[in-house]
Amino acid sequence: MSLLDVQNLTVRFGNATIVDNVSFSLSEGDWLMIVGPNGAGKSTVINAISLGAAYEGEVRVLDKDVRRYRPHELARLVGVLAQTHAMGYGFTVGSVVRLGRYAYAPGLFSGGQADDEEAVARALALTGLTRIVDQNVLTLSGGELQRTFLAQLFAQNPRVLLLDEPTNHLDLVYQKQVFELIRVWLKTPGRAVASVVHDLSLARAYGSQALLLDGGKTSAYGPIADVFTPENLDKAYDMDVSAWMRGLLAQWEAKKEK
Amino acid sequence: MMRWKIARSWGELPPPAREIHNGKREGFRAGELFLFLLVTLAVMALCICVGSVSLPLRETLTVIWNAIWGLPMPEGISVPIILSVRLPRVLCVALTGAALSLCGGAMQGLLKNPLADGSTLGVASGASLGAVIAIAFGITLPTVPFSGTMVLAIVFAFLSLLIILTLAYKIDYSMSTNTIILIGVIYSMFVSSILSLVISFASDRVKQITFWTMGSLSGTTLKNALVLLCALVIFGGIILRYARELNAFAVSENNARNIGVPVRRVKLVLLIAVSALIGVCVSIGGTIGFVGLVTPHMVRMIVGPDHKRLLPASIFGGAVFLMLADLLARTLLNPIELPIGVVTSFIGAFLFIVIFYRSKRVRV
Repeated sequence: MSLLDVQNLTVRFGNATIVDNVSFSLSEGDWLMIVGPNGAGKSTVINAISLGAAYEGEVRVLDKDVRRYRPHELARLVGVLAQTHAMGYGFTVGSVVRLGRYAYAPGLFSGGQADDEEAVARALALTGLTRIVDQNVLTLSGGELQRTFLAQLFAQNPRVLLLDEPTNHLDLVYQKQVFELIRVWLKTPGRAVASVVHDLSLARAYGSQALLLDGGKTSAYGPIADVFTPENLDKAYDMDVSAWMRGLLAQWEAKKEK
Repeated sequence: MMRWKIARSWGELPPPAREIHNGKREGFRAGELFLFLLVTLAVMALCICVGSVSLPLRETLTVIWNAIWGLPMPEGISVPIILSVRLPRVLCVALTGAALSLCGGAMQGLLKNPLADGSTLGVASGASLGAVIAIAFGITLPTVPFSGTMVLAIVFAFLSLLIILTLAYKIDYSMSTNTIILIGVIYSMFVSSILSLVISFASDRVKQITFWTMGSLSGTTLKNALVLLCALVIFGGIILRYARELNAFAVSENNARNIGVPVRRVKLVLLIAVSALIGVCVSIGGTIGFVGLVTPHMVRMIVGPDHKRLLPASIFGGAVFLMLADLLARTLLNPIELPIGVVTSFIGAFLFIVIFYRSKRVRV
């Protein structure tokens, strides 16, 4: 049984069709990379699956329509990491991370149980935030803020992660950190990840599956090696992708030889 | 392939952060509650004693104590002043301040908007329009006197909130701070034009109606205080129950949905509770501006942004703020009494600018 099954997903804003009849599914251990040029509808796919946008088609988690789950039940299965976080108020890192436990005690009974604290402490340790747990989020760097929300996601402990350009504004160091963290997370059985990624090299290094979108339509879908072929990529990006990538890499090789 | 050293497995991580959280509660501590209560009671005693006729504290306390326990009253003119003028008024002022601040704090969290408040969003104006229509056309419910004003004020408050938020959503999908405030201002202007229209139809009740637009709690009774208390307990209680959800909304509505908050339901319940509370306040004291905007900000500086602490502290802070404003209104130009709304708007407008200025600078 697949963890996440998306069939004929279509999203329209007014007359414009942003996502057009996209289907894919996630099984245990999969890391699906959703790639494509700007405006391909990548983020909208994530948005629709997490019920942030109205859609047509079918989205099922563990063989049950996502719209038929109660919100906290769904949050225990599917977690979402947004692209950016504009913070308005000065919450502490700890309190933002602790919000991830909401799904385990929704409503009146506020958290504070032993396993909540355990999960929060673990998430903080895993993301290296234990030292700044009491720091004001308004004073964090972009990387620290993104890690704070990643820690919230780990505290939430869902089975499927949906990541919308998780390292968009991050420096190389943090890109590596975040992707390594997710790879470790994915090693536990029963989990899967779908992420929108701009950097094709990163996508290729970490992904097991890929969904290449172009203008809202599926241009290629399958194991990453089959999707990341010159024919597919060159068509979607309208340029010689592998030549460009090799060119970029070549500068480093040249430096080494000197 | 990339390899990296942090890759310990998920299962065998030490839980070192455990100790950090021990003894640190998110909620309102008993000591803090006691402190806030003490300050509120002290200010309340001050406000009952000071006025056009100043009364000694000991006498005031004796009279109130005896009145509560039904003991015989001491002789003197201070008894009626305290029991039928000062005490009811100060109680109403405190409860109104508490309710409006709680609403302001809740809306600022819900909309993630530091400038949100009944008066800046136009909800209070909407409620006063309802109250004025009830007065002008003599609308009452058959059994309870004055209930027509209150029910119409509540209904209009809720409809105003719905109209403003729907418009804001249609115009600007992200519902940014400035859009909502702008629409609130325009809506308030629109409402005041209708108010003028209603007033011109009901010229015999002009004086009574002007009261709503200015805001005043003079001449309020213990019965009013009781109504306010009930509203605060019921609707305030509902708002307080959603402190955790408000924290999530204050981070962002998307984040709230992603962690499993039933976003639509919580929003609807909170908006209804806030409108009801504002409606009750307006039907008793008229529109008193800026209390709900200013107090949560000042309180946030003391207790932080966590709504589990912010909301209870706002209740006390609002009571203290409005009691002091009312004291100023009564004593500043003695024997002339200023409408309390004038005092709060005067202070509030300044603070509004300061807050707006600071928030703009930080978030460029």
